[in-house]
Amino acid sequence: MFDTLTDRLGSIFGRLRSKGKLSESDINSVMAEVRTALLEADVNLQVAKNFQARVTERSVSSELHNALNPAQQVIKIVNEELIEILGGEAFSLTYSDKPPTVILLAGLQGVGKTTNAVKLAKWFKSQGRNPMLIAADLQRPAAVEQLRTLASGIDVPVYSEVNEPVSVARNGLKEAISTGRDVLICDTAGRLSIDQKLMDEIQNISDEIKPHYTFLVIDAMTGQEAVNIAGAFNEKLSLDGMIITKLDGDSRGGAALSAKTVVGKPIAFASTGEKIEDFEVFHPDRLASRILGMGDVLTLIEKAEDAFDQEEAQRAADRLLTGQFNLEDFLDQMQQLKKMGPLQNIVGMMPDLPQGVNPNDVDETRLTRVEAIITSMTYEERDRPEIIDGSRRNRIAKGSGASIQEVSLLLKQFKEIKRMMKGTVKPNNKRKKKSSKRRKGKQNPRAKSKIVEAEKSFDLSEFGSFKT
Amino acid sequence: MKRVTSELDKTRKNFSLFSKLKRKSHLNSQVWSEIEEILIQADVGVVATSMIIEQLQEKAKEMKLSATESIIDVLKEQLKQSLMKLDSALNTDAELPVWIFVGVNGVGKTTSIAKVANLKSQGGKNIVMAAGDTFRAAASEQLERWAVVCGTELIKGADGADPSSVIFDATEHAHATNASLVLADTAGRLHTKANLMQELEKIVRVANKGKGTVTEILLVLDSTVGQNGLQQAKSFAESVDVTGIILTKLDGSSKGGIIFAIAEELKIPIKFIGVGESHEDLFPFDAEEFVEMLFDFQEEM
Repeated sequence: MFDTLTDRLGSIFGRLRSKGKLSESDINSVMAEVRTALLEADVNLQVAKNFQARVTERSVSSELHNALNPAQQVIKIVNEELIEILGGEAFSLTYSDKPPTVILLAGLQGVGKTTNAVKLAKWFKSQGRNPMLIAADLQRPAAVEQLRTLASGIDVPVYSEVNEPVSVARNGLKEAISTGRDVLICDTAGRLSIDQKLMDEIQNISDEIKPHYTFLVIDAMTGQEAVNIAGAFNEKLSLDGMIITKLDGDSRGGAALSAKTVVGKPIAFASTGEKIEDFEVFHPDRLASRILGMGDVLTLIEKAEDAFDQEEAQRAADRLLTGQFNLEDFLDQMQQLKKMGPLQNIVGMMPDLPQGVNPNDVDETRLTRVEAIITSMTYEERDRPEIIDGSRRNRIAKGSGASIQEVSLLLKQFKEIKRMMKGTVKPNNKRKKKSSKRRKGKQNPRAKSKIVEAEKSFDLSEFGSFKT
Repeated sequence: MKRVTSELDKTRKNFSLFSKLKRKSHLNSQVWSEIEEILIQADVGVVATSMIIEQLQEKAKEMKLSATESIIDVLKEQLKQSLMKLDSALNTDAELPVWIFVGVNGVGKTTSIAKVANLKSQGGKNIVMAAGDTFRAAASEQLERWAVVCGTELIKGADGADPSSVIFDATEHAHATNASLVLADTAGRLHTKANLMQELEKIVRVANKGKGTVTEILLVLDSTVGQNGLQQAKSFAESVDVTGIILTKLDGSSKGGIIFAIAEELKIPIKFIGVGESHEDLFPFDAEEFVEMLFDFQEEM
């Protein structure tokens, strides 16, 4: 699974190196690998072929023949081209002058429309809006109940009635206007793109409520058909964008790229987990890295920024510098790390994972066990772990239900982390970190890499030695 | 199996795999690469496709074939064989057999249970369904509606209840009421989530503890899926003993080609195919018919 394009090209170029210059046929064999990587990421065949042609052209005309590191050069070109296709800028939404801003969701069965209708509503709430939902999926049994239950969790009203979907949508819109809601999201039944009757129905819904935005909800695990599906929906509804779901799995998401290419509309949002708040504005450059299997550093940093309490982090960093970092701080940091979301996702975003580290082996419950061990210590022990002797160790093990070995291992790792952190955090970039949330592009790239570096040593030392 | 065909007639043009290929043409490199592309577009995957093509080319040489038509027949035979060597029979060999339905989110587990319940209760089985998806909002309500339609019993727990205990209760209830089969739903889970996969292992363990015996663990797979389908099958098979696949949504335009890689690499047979949203749209798998469907030529039309 970690058969990334980087690895693959690396091995080809390794073979070629002895030959000196690269011939046209060498480049072709490299491009065949690029194509295979794209196809294995579920990029549509036609899209992959066009892409291959473009990259070949650029590679042949560039200085690839003489480049010191041709593999890196090719990857750079591929990456640039992918981002080009995906569209450089993140999607931005304009609200209608005459509220409500109406949003229509469409898609196949089981892609996650209902869940993402609620996630989207929650996102609008976080933007200070007053959303309302329409339950127009009257096809699947209990779909309305599902929407109601989820929506009540985030305190957003749902309009529904026992009627045919077009009327439900029409009356829902009236309701939203009369109750003064400024965003209206219409969930619809899943439908096959080749089911003419149901495609007509959703067109009628669209004609009725005249959405400002129509989003196609698309599963990240979709295969080659994604382009035809997206094409059919686009033809009927003229889409404004897509919401890509289930990105928290290990699918490369090439289907999304293909759909984007065919429809020519951006991927607006991405759903990245089972919790309602696991939903974000989509960043094209990150999917490019994912398709190539190169990690997703930017999302990682943002997650860290969102989850970590800046002042808290500052305090911990200060303590580190003065050598006062104790197990209490460690516990704090760990709890913040957990807030960043499923740990596998986080590890999965890291580039250049060391050999043998597989995000799927990461077991979140281990963090809980470490927590249990630390919370079984007295405050004095957390502050000065060096006082923990055999008998204290025994007590801690009993109290936390861990073995004495596990307690010892944790203490040893803590010492190690403390040593490493000392070397990582430099006094002069702590001020940089303080000025809260900055988005990509504005941040000092070196500060970024430092954060990632620290994250990495923290995490991987943990999981390397804690392995089952 | 007549209904499969009639159901698929609606979409047949999209479904047939080789409709674009000129049957009468001469076998040349152009045709080979067309066959390759067709397989890839059916989500068969790069590795499996090159393997299939290699075998085909060998056979073409051996048999001295020169017409596209004859190579298509060989390919058809080859694909049939690869699916037919796996046993698609369903196992009810226990005093109280339990079938557990597993899979990632949104593949159609709950609908598939209803369909299997309908099929089996028509066959005279007395069925108890277990609403083991206690996570997704309104999942048990969804199953409840189906239970009414199919006339089967349903055991459910509270939202967020331990799914293992719900399924265990269902086996106890089934035993007490002399039912002959328990069909257990589970929450959709991405195969990359270690904790959820552990939960699944527990579900299977607990389901075997009472009066029931788990005889089938059916992985529900959406035929729209791409190369990730193989990864799903691998991960689920690593956690629990997956005995078969239910391939759903075949009434769409996707072909579910990843099942050939799954059959080759993991030796997991397909046991049912789903072709629609009604509770009657599920059929026991027939490799021969399935491949015929894939190949149904439209050239003359």
